[in-house]
Formats: sequence, structure tokens, C-alpha cells
Amino acid sequence: MSPLKIKKGTSKHSAYDLRDPHSEVVERHTLAVVVANEAGVLARVIGLFSGRGYNIESLTVAETDHAGHLSRITVVTIGTPSVIEQIKAQLGRIVPVHEVHDLTVEGASVERELALFKVAGTGNDRIEALRLAEIFRANVVDSTLESFVFEMTGTSEKIDAFAELMRPLGLVEVARTGVAALARGAL
Amino acid sequence: MTRQMTGAKMIVEALKEQGVDTVFGYPGGAVLPIYDEIFQQNDIRHYLVRHEQAAVHAAEGYARSTGKPGVVLVTSGPGATNAVTGLTDALMDSIPIVVLTGQVPTFMIGNDAFQEADTVGITRPCTKHNWLVRDTKDLSGVIHQAFHVATTGRPGPVLVDIPKDVQFAKSTYQPKESTKISHYAPRTKGDADRIAELVELIENAEKPILYTGGGVINAGPAASAKLRELVAETDFPITSTLMGLGAYPASGKNWLGMLGMHGLYEANLAMHDCDVMINIGARFDDRITGRVEAFSPGSKKAHIDIDPSSINKVIRADVPIIGDVDSVLEDVLALWRERGSKTKSTAVQTWWTQINAWRKINCLAFTESPKTIKPQYALTRLEELTKGHDRYITTEVGQHQMWAAQYLGFEDPNRWMTSGGLGTMGYGFPASIGVQVAHPGALVINVAGEASWLMNMQEMGTAIQYRLPVKQFILNNERLGMVRQWQELLHGERYSESWSEALPDFVKLAEAFGAKGILCKDPADLDDAIMEMINHDGPVIFDCLVEKHENCFPMIPSGEPHNKMLLGENASTKDAIGSSGAVMV
Repeated sequence: MSPLKIKKGTSKHSAYDLRDPHSEVVERHTLAVVVANEAGVLARVIGLFSGRGYNIESLTVAETDHAGHLSRITVVTIGTPSVIEQIKAQLGRIVPVHEVHDLTVEGASVERELALFKVAGTGNDRIEALRLAEIFRANVVDSTLESFVFEMTGTSEKIDAFAELMRPLGLVEVARTGVAALARGAL
Repeated sequence: MTRQMTGAKMIVEALKEQGVDTVFGYPGGAVLPIYDEIFQQNDIRHYLVRHEQAAVHAAEGYARSTGKPGVVLVTSGPGATNAVTGLTDALMDSIPIVVLTGQVPTFMIGNDAFQEADTVGITRPCTKHNWLVRDTKDLSGVIHQAFHVATTGRPGPVLVDIPKDVQFAKSTYQPKESTKISHYAPRTKGDADRIAELVELIENAEKPILYTGGGVINAGPAASAKLRELVAETDFPITSTLMGLGAYPASGKNWLGMLGMHGLYEANLAMHDCDVMINIGARFDDRITGRVEAFSPGSKKAHIDIDPSSINKVIRADVPIIGDVDSVLEDVLALWRERGSKTKSTAVQTWWTQINAWRKINCLAFTESPKTIKPQYALTRLEELTKGHDRYITTEVGQHQMWAAQYLGFEDPNRWMTSGGLGTMGYGFPASIGVQVAHPGALVINVAGEASWLMNMQEMGTAIQYRLPVKQFILNNERLGMVRQWQELLHGERYSESWSEALPDFVKLAEAFGAKGILCKDPADLDDAIMEMINHDGPVIFDCLVEKHENCFPMIPSGEPHNKMLLGENASTKDAIGSSGAVMV
């Protein structure tokens, strides 16, 4: 009988073994899904989430490679480890899906979101809004005598924090792009 | 050499190139150009069904009995929406089907045109993939891709929606070999490290069980042959899901019978008590596992599946292997032989002693009646009188389906066609038509309940038109038997709407279509009546009046583990189902 050349508990497909899938801890994961840029592909991805009862916290999509007809969908989702594994496996079997990356587990990544805030007010509130915008490094992209539109890029938490501060100062409307994310490093 | 042709002609050419000789369909306004092309050729035979749902089920029967993809052609709007049940059925059971639908002209899409429906939108969740072809130049390429997607990886239904102007316009035909198949190329070869782990698991197993499913059938007859080799090499006991019957022969000595909610006692207890479970092409469906937390608590589980999303979906696998069953079993057998592996045969023999004790319970025993035909008796006789034939069985859904799975024996794959995942009443009759089309000389029997059968009874017209001698063996209890059984168990014997009222006279119904009808209600007449059915060269409706209140046992009540089964006469069925299990059905 020849000896087996395997190391217990290790495998290239270790995505299945990293964490206890029966853990009930809900985790937040950012997934990057590279898809063929064809009609209906976004509906397939969204339909998967709604049809199987998964959560979408944030979703952004745009073409990223015109020549290759590829789009990148960034989905922020929450679920138990086993649900997250299912989401990735289910995404992977959609025919026009080329790649699924879980940026939360595949090493360090950066996440940014862009938001526009319309803040209306006069007097001290207006001055305070402008001062806080400077602290948060938000840009003024439109102004009238009664209002500003601020533009800010940052993590979702930073944008949440800025929105909270603006609320008592006359926040009228917020538009957010949702999260875009990339892995850190050269590859 | 480039060939210019209309989209309609292109469709027929692409089908021919894919080796298609049979199409099930129903014409309508948005597919008239395609039907015109079909009229002008002889390579592809079109079978006109009486309802589009039946076209898909017939294609499923064709696909499952041949291993080739089934092809369906229907019109836009209602043609497409009627196909939805069949598509969902094929998706749940992983059956390769290519459905071509007509669509209103591209410039009318979105205008609520006559017979317009958002077909790709409606069918997106019930197909493996679908396409709306907006330009004739893409059409033949998309059809070739559709066949590729339907038949590779985990098979499934695909749909190509073709607007009428795309059918009329001319473009260049793209042959199969020059079509750029999309990046879709699922992994078929199992990971070598994992396969080695599985071999080691097999070597060390003391109380093993092989739990096989439809994936073995889908992987082709070669996979079934390798499975049989593995059983022969190891002497392990083997059970199967509803979908996998026939992969291992029912007459084989290691066969424990079907497992699951209405599976055999010995199969379910072996699943519960085993120390090594090897799942080959099954998906831990809830009809199999019962209560997940109590499912086979002491075992190490290996899971071979071509679909990565099946692994760890319900039950955590200790040894997950993503790959095609045929390829993985080949690698397992090769490594097994290379290593000169041996099982722990003494321990396995002790395990067999235990299993044989369970077998003695004889869980399929039933009380025969001299006056009324017990459904189990009817199937026992059907088995006895037909097992020597070149036989294919389809079923509808319900008690009769479970009894058929319990009392009929399948020696080979592709001989058993039943709606497993979706549980589609009305599946069996059109499926039997598809099977008979593929196997004209075979004995094709649809084991049915009267209620299911009525759901697609219009297909009598199809059977007569094409002289398809399908036998409709209806176990008529004048009840929605499985609904009635659950109402008895779970809903205080309040039999809400579970009667089959106003049933037709099935003999007269058969005669009205020009078929043969046989009525049988006396057990003494049953054998002669079945022989009359078999010997009649044409479609038969066999109205077998059976005991009305028979329940289907064994049964694992929902929410219970495998070692808590209800057995026939010995068990009280009152209060059998706890409230926590009530939500599962």
C-alpha cells in the first residue's frame, strides 16, 4: 500500500473550511462579481438575492472593461458564514458570471463610496455645515444663498457620520453611489 | 463557405447540427416562420402536443430516457408562460432542455403587443440561462451556446426567445465549430487530495453507506457502471434518492432500497447509524434529511457533486469533492486499485448483520385484501408482469409515485422518470409520451393517480395522433391521496378538498379518444387486466380502482430524524407529527 500524500485539513479549496459554517454570527462581506456585460445580467444577480432570501446592503455596477465586455458588480451583503458561502457558490453558477471575489476574506481591501448631500439653511447652521464639510474634506459642488451640495468620498461609515451631523443643520437629500471596492496590493 | 439564410431556417439548421431529430411543440403567431421551415424538411420530426406544459414534460421524458437534451418549440406569450412549470421542473431535477420561444417583433417589445410576455424576465429564475436574440446574426451562435449550457456542468433547462422579425431577417449561419462558446466551462475533475481523503475514508469505514442520487444518472451510463464497480470492490450497502433509482440495480445484493421520507426502513436506519456516508450526486434534499440537526449525527460525510453550490448548502461535508460523478468515480477506483486498498471487512460484515436485522422488519409488508385492490398489490403485480420487458416507468406525483418507487425495481439508469424536486402533478403522462417517442418499441408505463393524471389528460390526443402505445396505469382511489394522508396525520382528519369529485368514466374517456380503456376493481382480475394492457398495441388507460384510504408507509414525519419512522400496520398514525414538523410540508 503506497502512502497517501495529503495534508489533513489543507486544500486549495479551503474556502469551505476557513470558518465554522454553522456559526450563527452574522458577518458583513463585500463581494466583487465580474460579469459579462450583457442584457439582464444585473437582473440575474439581483434575482438570485431576492429569490433566495439573501440581503443586499449596497450594490454598485458599471462596465469596467469595454473591450472585454465586462462589468463589475460590487455587492455588500450580510449573513452567517454558511449563507455567505452559499451566496458565492450561487453567484458562481450564474452563466455570465466570470469571477466572484470575497474581498472581506481574500486579504486587505479598500472600500469607498461617493455621496452628495443637499443642505439648506441660513445663518449659523449654514456656517456650521460648511465648517464640518471642511473637517470631513467634503467639496462644495453647488451653492446658492440658501443651500449647498457637498460631495464626499469615503467609507460608508464616514458618510453615515457626516449625514448624521448634517441632519440638524438642514439636510434635505442624500444620494449615495454604494460601495466600490478593490483588493490592496499589486495583484 | 458562408451561408446566408433567414433566422427561421437558421434555427432548423442549428438544431440539425446539434443532432436534434425530435421537437415537441405547439405553433402560434410568433413562431410561424419556424414552423414553415419545419414543414419543408424531413430531418426533424415535430410532435404536436395539446398544451405547452406537456411539451416540456415530454422533452424531459425524452431527455431522461436518452441522456440527450430535449427540445421544445412554443410561441410567445401564453405559449411561453405555459412552459414555465416544465422549465421549473427541469431546473429542479437538472434535466437538459432547450426551449425555443417566439417573441413579438423587436420593435414591438415593451408595447404590450398581442401575445407579448417578458419571457426572459419570467423564465430567468426557472432556467439555467436564457437569451433574447435581438439580431439574426447572433441567432445560430446563441442556439449552439444554449445546447452547450444545457448539457454541461449540472444540466438544466435553457430558453432562447426569438422575436418574429429576427426569424424573418437574413444573416450568415454560424456553424457549431466556429461558435465561440462562452467562458462557461464547469469543473468536472475532482481535486486529487480530496479523492485521496475519500479513499482513506472508505478504507477506514466500519459502518459505511453509499447514498446516491440523480447526479449518477446525469453523468451517464458509464457513471452507473463505475458505481457498480465501487460497490463490488467495497461490498458497501447502497441506497438512493428518488432521482437516482436504477444507477445500482434493484436486484443487486447490496441494494437497500430508496431512502428518505417514504424510503425503506433499512436504508434510513443505515443512514442514521452509519459512520461514513458517501453522497454521490445527491443534494441532501429536505425529503431525504428530515430534521437537519438530527441527520446522521455520527458520520463523516463525503459529498461528490458537480455543482459547488450543492456542497455545504444543507449538510456540511467533511470531504467535499466538486466534479462530475463519472470522472470522480474513475479517479476513486483508480486510486483504490493503485493503493491495493482494502475495506475493514470484519467491521463491515458486522454492519451488514445489523442491516439484515433491519431488513427483517419487512417494512413494505402490507395487508392484502380479497375484495379490494391494494395499491401496493397492484404495483407488485405490475412489477412481476412487466419486469422482463424493455420497460420504462414514468409517474405523476403523490402516493402512487412513492409506492412505485418502493415496489418497482429498476435494473438500469434512465428507466425511471419522475418529478422529484418540483413534485409536478401532471408530469407523468406527457413524460411517458416523450419516452415512447425516444423508444418506440419499449413498454412505457405511466404509474398515475387519477387526480394527477387529469392535469394533462389532453395529451391523449398526442398519444393517439402519433400512435404512441403509452400505458396509463391509474391507481384510482378517488382521492388526492397524499393530501388526504397528510390531512389525516396533521389536520385532524378534516379532508378539505381532497376528494376527486365528478371523475370521468376512464374507459369511455379512452374510447372517446380512440384508445383502449380497461377497468379493474377485483384483485382476482388484476393479472389478466395488466396482461391485456401490456398486449394491446396502442395507448391504454387502465383504471385500477384501489383501496381509498391506504396510507403510504414507511414514513418519516417531517421534523423527525431517520430513526423515527412510522411503519405500516404496526404504527399508530394519530398525532404522529409534532408541531415543529408541521411547517415542512
